[in-house]
Formats: sequence, structure tokens, C-alpha cells
Amino acid sequence: MMGSAIAQDVLIEIGAMPVLVRTASPEFLQILQERYGGFVNSAAQPVFEFEVEIVPPSSIPTAIGDDEDLSVCFEAGHWVLERGDFHAELDPALRHGRIWQSANPYAIDAAFRIVHSLLLAKQGGLLVHAASVVRNGRAFLFAGVSGAGKTTISRLAPPDATLLTDEISYLRRESDGYFAYGTPFAGELAQPGENVRAPLAALYLLAQGAENRIDPVAEADALRAVMRCVLFFAQDCELVGNVFDSACHLVQYVPVRQLTFVPDSRVWELIV
Amino acid sequence: MSPMYIARTREVAARLLGGEMMIMSARDSTLFNLNETATAIWQAADGVTPLTEIVERSVCANFEVDPVAALRDAEELVEGLAKHGILKVSNQPIAEEK
Repeated sequence: MMGSAIAQDVLIEIGAMPVLVRTASPEFLQILQERYGGFVNSAAQPVFEFEVEIVPPSSIPTAIGDDEDLSVCFEAGHWVLERGDFHAELDPALRHGRIWQSANPYAIDAAFRIVHSLLLAKQGGLLVHAASVVRNGRAFLFAGVSGAGKTTISRLAPPDATLLTDEISYLRRESDGYFAYGTPFAGELAQPGENVRAPLAALYLLAQGAENRIDPVAEADALRAVMRCVLFFAQDCELVGNVFDSACHLVQYVPVRQLTFVPDSRVWELIV
Repeated sequence: MSPMYIARTREVAARLLGGEMMIMSARDSTLFNLNETATAIWQAADGVTPLTEIVERSVCANFEVDPVAALRDAEELVEGLAKHGILKVSNQPIAEEK
């Protein structure tokens, strides 16, 4: 006689937001613990819970093809997220979601990004396509779209710097300013960030050039650049307004500069 | 010619930043910025004041512009913003969205 699998859970805390993931698959649990090991905090109180059902790829209830982009929509009080490799339904009121996916880390990683972006939007925070690094107790963000140099600047960071991420930066607005948190969301460096936080000192818009230099950026231009780098998936008026407000506040509160750099470590002489 | 009424839609977030009006469409997350005269028109778009009056009061009275050209430019602007769902346009006064 076959016994039914017993669900186990793991509590993954990113950006001070613990999310509980429950699954009956030991294989998937192992994947979660390996991928998010530095972010597991069993003592935290979850702010959101996921039930993950591991199913064969052919059984994922999605209407999206493998080659199509992620789809996020709000239907009857639920967020519905779909990609070729997963289908998820989230109930923001109950702070509970279900995901149907195969046993791989990529689907849950995408779901985490979306959930965190939705939760953060209500709290004045942002997920930004940016590398972030802590140096001398202060965090620096390096924002840019793919190819701008996020991984390059991370790779060139000096030994005294702590990498928070080379791909997706996590910003929270707290009572005493903005803080950058480490994330497990890795880019080409394929290395999760350290699970630490630090006050945000500056946001640099990356550009590669013939010399290392820092130039001022007008607020409106900073907003345009930051909005291009903000991760946001929902087409909900209130949430879009929240994100826009947060970005406006960020560029007024935190110095935003353009960092032009040649790809060698001397650029870090400017980041102190 | 019937009067044109314009009203801001609720599907946008708008903030004045560094002297520029920045507007984000919630429908498609497109970001727009308006110059000073366009901002004046946007801010006066209350749904009940005809566009001709808005141009007279908010544009011609504050900027050195030719009134005929100002109205023509305003109509083009309004048409463009309406296409992006940022403004509503009608030949009747527009009730405020609940």
C-alpha cells in the first residue's frame, strides 16, 4: 500500500518578508533548501504562504506556451500568474497561493519575484533590475537593463564589498530611509547575495564608456531611468500608482547619478 | 463647432517632479512627461470647463503664445493623450469618475 506524501515546509525570508513554501515533494524541498539556503529562517512569522504542487510539465494547467512571456492578471480577487513552466493563483486577502509546476527552481523563483513585488508595492518598496553592494556599511545600487554591466560591476567589486545581488535589488522604505536587502536572485554571476541589509547611499545608472566618471542626473530623467528598471508585473491602477509614487520618492530622497565606467576595478575607487 | 470637454482618467498616476509633470499609465505602464503648457492643460482638465476656456485661462494668460496656435496645439495634445487613455474627451461635460 502506498502512503500519501506528507507536506513539509520551508520558510524563506527575503527582504524581511518571510514566505512559507509547503510541498509534499522531498525532491523539491531539497531544491528549495539548496537554492535559498542563506535565506531560510524557520523562526520567522510568514507573511505569505505557498502550496506547491509538483506535477509533470504536461499537467501544468496553463494556457501559455513555452515561448511566451509571463502573464500576470487579477481575476475575481486572485492574482493568476502563468508561464510555460508554471501556473499560480494567489489570494492577496488570505495571503495564500498555490503553484503547479515541475520540480525545478525557476518557476518558484519567478513566483517569489512577483509576490515580493506585489507585497512591496503596498509598502513603498521596489524590486529593481540592479546589482547592489554594501561597502563601509552603506549600500550602492547599480541599475541597468540587460547588458548594462550589473554583473561586470559586481564581479569587479573589491574584497571589502559585500554583494547583495548582481541582478535584482530589493529596496524597502523604512522609517529612517531606504534600505537595500540581499536577495537570492542571481544573474550571470550565478551567486546568491548575502542575506544582509544596509542603508542605501546612492543609486547609479550604469553606462559603459571610455573613462570612469560620475555625472549628476535630473530628477525627471532619474525617474524615467528607474522606472525602466523597476520590476513590476501587475496592471492594477492602485498598485501601479503605488510603484510610481515609490519611484518618485526614491529619486527625490536618494542621490541618483550616472556611473560611466570602463570594465576594470578602478571604477570602485569612485564608490566609497 | 461643439465645445470639447476634457477630464483626467483615474487609470494614471501623475506627479510633478523637477518642474515636469510625469504621468504613468496604469493600463500599459507607459511613462509620459508634459511640458509647462501641457501641464497647465492637464491640471485644468476638470471635465466641465471647455477646452477653449482652459486654453484662454491656463495657457494664453500665462504664456506668450498665439491664441489660435495655442488652441490648435492643445487639441493635438488632447487627442494624443486621449489615445493613450490619459485623458477623456467628450463634447458634453464629463461626470467625475467614482
